[in-house]
Amino acid sequence: MKKAGIIMIIGSLLLLGLFKFPLWNIMLGAPQYPDPLGMNIYIQGIEGNEEFDIQNIDGLNHYIGMKTIPKAEEMWEFDVFPKVIGFMVVLGVIIGVLGFIGKVSYKWFLGWFVLMSVLGALGMYDFNLWLIDYGTDLDPKAIMAYTHPDGTPMTYKPPLIGYQKMLNFDVDSWPATGAYMIFVGMLLTVVAFFVGKKESKQVA
Amino acid sequence: MKKSINILFSLVIAAGLVSCNNGNDRKSSKGQGGLSTNAAERVYVAPGELDEYYAFMSGGFSGQLSVYGLPSGRMLKVLPVFSQNPENGYGYTEETKPMLNTSYGFVPWDDSHHPDISQTNGELDGRWIFINGNNTPRIARIGLQNFKTEEIIEIPNSAGNHSSSFITENTEYVVAGTRFSVPIPQKDMPINEYKGNFKGSLTFISVDQETGRMGIKFQLIMPGFNYDLSHPGRDKSHGWFFFTTYNTEEAHSLLEVNASQNDKDFIAAINWKKIEEYVNNGGGKMVPANYAHNVMDEHTHSATSTMLKEVLTVNPMDVPGAVYFLPTPKSPHGCDVDPTGEYIIGNGKLSADLTVHSFTKMLDAIENKKFDGEAYGIPILNFEDILAGVVKQPGLGPLHTEFDEHGNAYTTFFISSEVVKWKVGTWEVLDRQPVFYSVGHGMIPGGNSRKPFGKYFVALNKITKDRYLPTGPELTQSAQLFDITGDKMELLLDFPTIGEPHYAAAIPAEMIAKNSRKIYKLAENKHPYASFTNADAKVVREGKDVHIYMNMIRSHFNPDNIEGVKVGDKVYFHITNLEQDFDVPHGFAVIGANNAEMLIMPGATETLVWEPKEVGVWPFYCTDFCSALHQEMQGYVRVSPADSDIELSWSLGED
Repeated sequence: MKKAGIIMIIGSLLLLGLFKFPLWNIMLGAPQYPDPLGMNIYIQGIEGNEEFDIQNIDGLNHYIGMKTIPKAEEMWEFDVFPKVIGFMVVLGVIIGVLGFIGKVSYKWFLGWFVLMSVLGALGMYDFNLWLIDYGTDLDPKAIMAYTHPDGTPMTYKPPLIGYQKMLNFDVDSWPATGAYMIFVGMLLTVVAFFVGKKESKQVA
Repeated sequence: MKKSINILFSLVIAAGLVSCNNGNDRKSSKGQGGLSTNAAERVYVAPGELDEYYAFMSGGFSGQLSVYGLPSGRMLKVLPVFSQNPENGYGYTEETKPMLNTSYGFVPWDDSHHPDISQTNGELDGRWIFINGNNTPRIARIGLQNFKTEEIIEIPNSAGNHSSSFITENTEYVVAGTRFSVPIPQKDMPINEYKGNFKGSLTFISVDQETGRMGIKFQLIMPGFNYDLSHPGRDKSHGWFFFTTYNTEEAHSLLEVNASQNDKDFIAAINWKKIEEYVNNGGGKMVPANYAHNVMDEHTHSATSTMLKEVLTVNPMDVPGAVYFLPTPKSPHGCDVDPTGEYIIGNGKLSADLTVHSFTKMLDAIENKKFDGEAYGIPILNFEDILAGVVKQPGLGPLHTEFDEHGNAYTTFFISSEVVKWKVGTWEVLDRQPVFYSVGHGMIPGGNSRKPFGKYFVALNKITKDRYLPTGPELTQSAQLFDITGDKMELLLDFPTIGEPHYAAAIPAEMIAKNSRKIYKLAENKHPYASFTNADAKVVREGKDVHIYMNMIRSHFNPDNIEGVKVGDKVYFHITNLEQDFDVPHGFAVIGANNAEMLIMPGATETLVWEPKEVGVWPFYCTDFCSALHQEMQGYVRVSPADSDIELSWSLGED
């Protein structure tokens, strides 16, 4: 199961990309912002696409009463996520090595994938909760309080994924490099599972 | 009766036809080729698209430098240099006032003439642009990252700083020559003792290649002629500088007659490398002087003015072989050197011909001592021996010549109001086009370098008359854009300019647009009165001086209410713009200020002084529509009687 083990190791190591590349990217373009403002969400914190984007997004958001974009130390997620990812990388590599030397079955590869999928789904769920809170928990003294045509107060939750028009802004929210590295990494662990399965059958 | 009506009717029709014809004739005689060609398309820069070139045009008697886009002719900016500019507070704020300091005190105006862009190896490099103040002799350096005047140095022993500010091909020196000769040093003496006693100074200002800082390396003290214009040698003639002279008669009265008597005046050829070497070896004489050197610090956003007390002068007689005179017919004005550095064109403004000197022949004449006398000990080279050629009868009143990269020259003619294209080397006239009216300088992007970009020629005209809708006796000045890519020059566009545009300089936009700054970083702001947070906003009294450490961000001032100011106080509003977003300046104006407003760029700090004269509660506000809540961006200062004991207090947002 040498080949499968190597694929498993490579797949898990790809997760390390998250420490370097953003997981998610949200861009805000408007007539006055031909160069859109943007934020890159890393597992360790949120950074502007350009040096002062976060400050400028906060500056605009204060008109509609949104909270400022959290700093790394203000959200537990930015403390926990790196640890979880680190753990999963180590776990994946150990499983891969053990698979390589034939100490564990290829089913462990799938087990790792299922665990990672559950954790990923939880992460997305948590991210969405934050977006909802960020976009709806508005300062009652907000300078501008817009309502929908039906009279309900307007909220500003950015899309979890995809495009949305919000006031004068075109908001695009899409996975970024780090996310693609996870997708590919996780895909590789599934490949490892099937390759491992095939290799085991050949041995048998 | 009916018949007579018919006759009358046909007369009216005929009159109408005649006047229509007149109209058509008039139009076609003005060479409005744009109607029959696609000229409109060639100057049309569609909304959202950008021009191909930056053109920096001198503001003339506005004292400023204007920035235009070519080919659209759209004005992009008026860049304040030598004159106060109430629009943004330049020369009014405490930070910028020192920029206009001189040995004569604060001089709020000048006459700016000849911009020149910095070069490396004879090619435009887009680091800085230099321009001269003609009236109170000064040279300014403008940084092309900030589009801001960063430095102004006064030129002592000069008067009418006109043969300036031209640079050598690696920006080693910016050169400033005097148009008016004066007693050096200045003294009380009869004007009619001019001849032999007045002197003309040619000043070589070294430029630090890292910082751009200028310093006078030496002043060459020349005979008392008028040094009109100059240009550097380049490529093979690098190391030389050429100045036209007029009034070699040394007349001091009614110059229009008395300075036009000599058949030939001179182009002074200066071997500055030789003089540099002489000076570097301890040559020259340090003499007392008094001149201002003003420098803007990008990090404190503040200028300082230092008075310098001596200058190194060089007597040309002390450096044999450094200075020669090239006889040039009839009061030459422009002095232009072609891109190869071989040809030196003397535009004899009272001559019908253009005289072209050869650099190679000049060196040969020097080597073989082909002299035709001397003036004040300076050898005069023999005219015939250095002559490369003559452009015969190209027009009347030649002023200036520019070059393209294909060996063509373009000379402007003031009197016959035209631009003439001729071939360098064969001296043959290739084309002529009328200009409207009476062109002064012409400009080709990079036309004063080894590498011109010969796509456009801009005629900088002296007379406007009927080119635009009339605006009373005082009109705008005018420029005209020609396409010079074909055999014939084609007029594409008229556009108005500020002040009187003398010379101009243009550069491909991509060479500087990418470096243009968007904001100043707050983290780099070292202004001593900057305030960065709500916590360090404060008001401090020092006797009668009240310092307000204020900041602003969309859409409020902090503090916005101030009490405890008294009549007779001098209030300093030190305001920091906390924005770090592109194109979000805030303005500041306060009622009754005796100076101007100020416009504060993101990350910068500026200071305006206000001296309240009456008791009351006086508002201030943001003058630049910054945001949807711009109208709310305001505050009050309570001014109490001089003997009031109300303590200073300030607030933001309290109910």
